[in-house]
Amino acid sequence: MKKVRITTAIFVMSFVSLTVMSCKDSKKENLESDNHSEMTHDATKDNTMEHDNMDMVSHVGQMTGSKQVIADYMTLKEALVATNKDAAAKAGNKMVGSLKIFEISGYTSSQQKELQDIIVDATEHAEHIGKSEMDHQREHFKTLSKDMMDMVEITGTDATLFQQSCPMYDKGSSWLSMSKDIKNPYYGSKMLTCGKVEKEIKSKM
Amino acid sequence: MKFFKIITLILLAVFVVIQFFPTERNQSNVVPKTDFLLVNNPPQKIRAILQESCYNCHSNKTDYPWYNMIQPAAWYLEDHIKHAKGELNFNLWDELSDRRKSSKLRSIIKQIENDKMPLSSYTLIHKKALLSEVEKHNIIKYTTQLKDSLSY
Ligand code: HEC
Repeated sequence: MKKVRITTAIFVMSFVSLTVMSCKDSKKENLESDNHSEMTHDATKDNTMEHDNMDMVSHVGQMTGSKQVIADYMTLKEALVATNKDAAAKAGNKMVGSLKIFEISGYTSSQQKELQDIIVDATEHAEHIGKSEMDHQREHFKTLSKDMMDMVEITGTDATLFQQSCPMYDKGSSWLSMSKDIKNPYYGSKMLTCGKVEKEIKSKM
Repeated sequence: MKFFKIITLILLAVFVVIQFFPTERNQSNVVPKTDFLLVNNPPQKIRAILQESCYNCHSNKTDYPWYNMIQPAAWYLEDHIKHAKGELNFNLWDELSDRRKSSKLRSIIKQIENDKMPLSSYTLIHKKALLSEVEKHNIIKYTTQLKDSLSY
């Protein structure tokens, strides 16, 4: 009888692991439909249905320019300053949407090429921020900030921006802000005032 | 005791049946010109680390472990590979723009610094894929140099 019990135990275990596995898969799939833009960028696969959904949401009176992207970036930055992971994730996901409808047809073809590159990269960072822990969010925010600086160089800005930088975080990290005062998004309250203004980007719109 | 027997039989049947479910095998034999190792030609010690610890998930060719013969292990690995390649496929490295490369290199550095890669569920079985402190140092140094050589 002992043998039977052992065999049963083994099979119960394999069954349980199977069940767990299938749950895991379906969870992952949900995640994927949230992040379809990642897939579209990487492999240019078409998931037409998902696109339609996305666009409907974003067409509701949304601006389709760099202004909205910057606005979302600023919301994200504030959330990181406040060390609020959920707010940061929400802003990240919002930014994915604004990047997606960012209309670049008005730019020259070389600018379009550069902007497209920036959009793909920024989208990936924003997506990661949308689903990660605070530390990882801040890691991606650094590269995202670089993308935003390069974007503003092409698109200009309708409000004066300040490029600020703190030498402590990851061998020096920059970010953009609407205000001259330093509020550090990489540390939050831990080291709120680490940093200085590197550059003032004047409005030229 | 009849109860036990029935359960055992059912589970056995499930176990046998799932063995026939196919998994998609990730085993392309062509190494495209865009491959990271071909393009960058890193020193042997770096090449070895990447191949041993990363390529199984982050490229189009997996050297399958023995347990991949068994379900549900094979599904598990398939799922990992799919997600891993979505993030980073070393075979397609040179398709990326300099900005994207720089971004990925930074991610690689961060993942290794924070001991997030190679995935711990993987190194649990593949002890060889575990990175020593020296290996970590070497790969981070190499990756940082490569990143600095780009203009982003
Ligand atoms: C067992 C499979 C596996 C191995 C081996 C593996 N990875 Fe990954 N990797 C994944 C998966 C799955 C993801 C995506 C999900 C995640 O982030 O956990 C990923 C994500 C990544 C990312 C993107 C992470 C981010 O958030 O920016 C990088 C970079 C990366 N891996 C680098 C590496 C490097 C370098 C190695 C070798 C030292 C390696 N991986 C080994 C499975 C693997």
